[in-house]
Amino acid sequence: MAQMNMTQALNSAMDVMLGRDPAVVLMGEDIGYFGGVFRVTDGLQRKYGAHRVLDTPIAEGGIVAAAIGMAVNGLRPVAEIQFADYIYPGFDQITSELARLRYRSAGDFYAPVTIRTPCGGGIRGGQTHSQSPEAVFTHVCGLKVLMPSNPYDAKGLLIAAIEDDDPVIFFEPKRLYNGPFDGDPAKPASPWSTHPKGEVPEGHYRVPLGKAEIVRPGRDLTIVSYGTMVHVAAAAASAAGLDAEIVDVRSLVPLDADTICESVRKTGRCVIAHEATRFSGFGAELLSVIQEECFWDLQAPIQRVTGWDTPYPHAFEWEYFPSPARFATAFRTVMEPA
Amino acid sequence: MNAPAAGPAGREHGLALLRGMLRIRAFEDRCYQLYGERKIRGFLHLYNGEEAVAVGAMRALDAGDAIVATYREHGHALARGVPMDRVMAELYGKQSGCSRGRGGSMHLFDVAKRFYGGNAIVAAGLPVAVGLALAQKLRREPAITACFFGDGAVAEGEFHESLNLAALWRLPVLFLCENNRYAMGTALDRTEAETDIAAKARGYRIDAAAVDGMDVFAVEAAVGRAAAAIRGGAGPALLELRTYRFRAHSMFDPQLYRDKSEVEAWQRKGPLITLTTRLKAEGLITEDDFRRLEAEASAEVDAAVAFAESAPWEPVADLARFVYAERSA
Ligand SMILES: Cc1ncc(C[n+]2csc(CCOP(=O)(O)OP(=O)(O)O)c2C)c(N)n1
Ligand SMILES: [Mg+2]
Repeated sequence: MAQMNMTQALNSAMDVMLGRDPAVVLMGEDIGYFGGVFRVTDGLQRKYGAHRVLDTPIAEGGIVAAAIGMAVNGLRPVAEIQFADYIYPGFDQITSELARLRYRSAGDFYAPVTIRTPCGGGIRGGQTHSQSPEAVFTHVCGLKVLMPSNPYDAKGLLIAAIEDDDPVIFFEPKRLYNGPFDGDPAKPASPWSTHPKGEVPEGHYRVPLGKAEIVRPGRDLTIVSYGTMVHVAAAAASAAGLDAEIVDVRSLVPLDADTICESVRKTGRCVIAHEATRFSGFGAELLSVIQEECFWDLQAPIQRVTGWDTPYPHAFEWEYFPSPARFATAFRTVMEPA
Repeated sequence: MNAPAAGPAGREHGLALLRGMLRIRAFEDRCYQLYGERKIRGFLHLYNGEEAVAVGAMRALDAGDAIVATYREHGHALARGVPMDRVMAELYGKQSGCSRGRGGSMHLFDVAKRFYGGNAIVAAGLPVAVGLALAQKLRREPAITACFFGDGAVAEGEFHESLNLAALWRLPVLFLCENNRYAMGTALDRTEAETDIAAKARGYRIDAAAVDGMDVFAVEAAVGRAAAAIRGGAGPALLELRTYRFRAHSMFDPQLYRDKSEVEAWQRKGPLITLTTRLKAEGLITEDDFRRLEAEASAEVDAAVAFAESAPWEPVADLARFVYAERSA
């Protein structure tokens, strides 16, 4: 085991895969020579060469398109889109080609592409460096969608994504790169070395797709969340004095409805939290699944804690960001006696 | 560089250009300092070294023309006449900012100046400029559209789609490529098979030339000629303005991709030094003039900072405004 932050864990995942599988190729803007704007690919071009770690022009459509062709022809490309906010020039290739190739060719062809991209706020990125567009991609059948909340899962899920035969959109909550974050920007940042999930094996291991994790068992209510919000939810629940069971979804598609619903059946109360905008957010899907499966066990209406239905405002990041205070409101509603 | 030699048309002309460039330099240097003081937060891209491009170009354009800029656009906004205090307030995130503090450094807008925004998405401004120009043509306006973008933007599909549409429909649009040799940490020849950007434009049958972007007179003359031709119905044009950014890409850039000596060599032929030396050599200005303009620029920046400091924040309850129109059809 080693101590790693999320950046190092992701780097280690790619290092392991580049070393094990000659089909793995990394590509993206400023990822090789420069090491990536968040240093996630630092040193990998030096170690494996420019034919394994490719610097690309600023051309997200071209990056995704080339990755599809490479993947169809036997490679396992891992493409970085520098910020999730820049993924849209590649959106046509992702939805119309990458997601549908297997279905369209009735299984003859497929493209095991992994697209890594940093998402979320908390670094004062403003409107164009803070988005959480996961629901845009979970709505496209044929794509798998992951979002880890800690270094251990980040490495294991990224390895699993690269080895998976389907295309994966892999979101990296950028606020978590250097440490867990409980939602209070005024507090000094705590590093991953203070967190058990900062312990990461150096070699190969997988965290399976389609498995949620109960990060904390509890009896009062279930909080279903992923990414940065997992940590904020835990802090908010303990501040409210609630014994919350916290489910880290990790894998949005495929979704582990069993783990989520088993928890909600047990507690009878549920809050769903994500940083993305509320309307048609992934929380709406979670809520539907839980309602369908757990309706007769619910003691109160399910609540959602989310970002606002606005772009991320530049100066009011922490008002937009789903704060512990916003959780407290949801807790009050969901904890009302039945 | 195929433009004929251009120069100052007299003392007032020289002073105006120098004033414009000194304002931007003083503004950017203060932004750098304010960033260190955490008054300005988030992403910040400074324009030091490229002042001659914005100042020369804006002087050659008309007040009615439409401007589309990049995320490195403080200089474009200031040269266009967006009030400095409102630009500074925007960087602070205050309600008195030119975009109510909603956008910050990369998203400056000003409808009165027909300044259609900075844009943080590389190359996203080009298609917007094409649309603006098409509207100008269909509505028979005398105005044209000028669109700034970086050398990095030419790799995006939007660049190619935009050039083709502009040429196909003979639109009144002037593409201004600020070639500062790097896109973030990547030198142009690492990402472009054809590094001659003007040659790319010619491939779309667009009139194109490379210009010394460190020489404000050359920029002004080239933009003036191109704008006149476009206004006369000649169709679109592209100018590749060869320039250099003196500071880091953003505030988080260790600059491992270039040598200090390269930066210093460019600084020695920087646009302000070149202009000042020339105006003095031609006897158009004195050292006192220079000092006075510098002091004026610095005073204007002081006033802008004071304005931003005392400006109000937007009420949080208002932050949901402007997602949609306030009145539905
Ligand atoms: C669509 C998109 N992809 C990637 C980025 C990330 N990015 C921001 S600036 C930049 C470099 C742009 O370089 P250039 O166009 O030369 O402008 P300069 O910074 O040199 O002024 C990149 C890649 C972005 N903003 N938008
Ligand atoms: Mg550039």
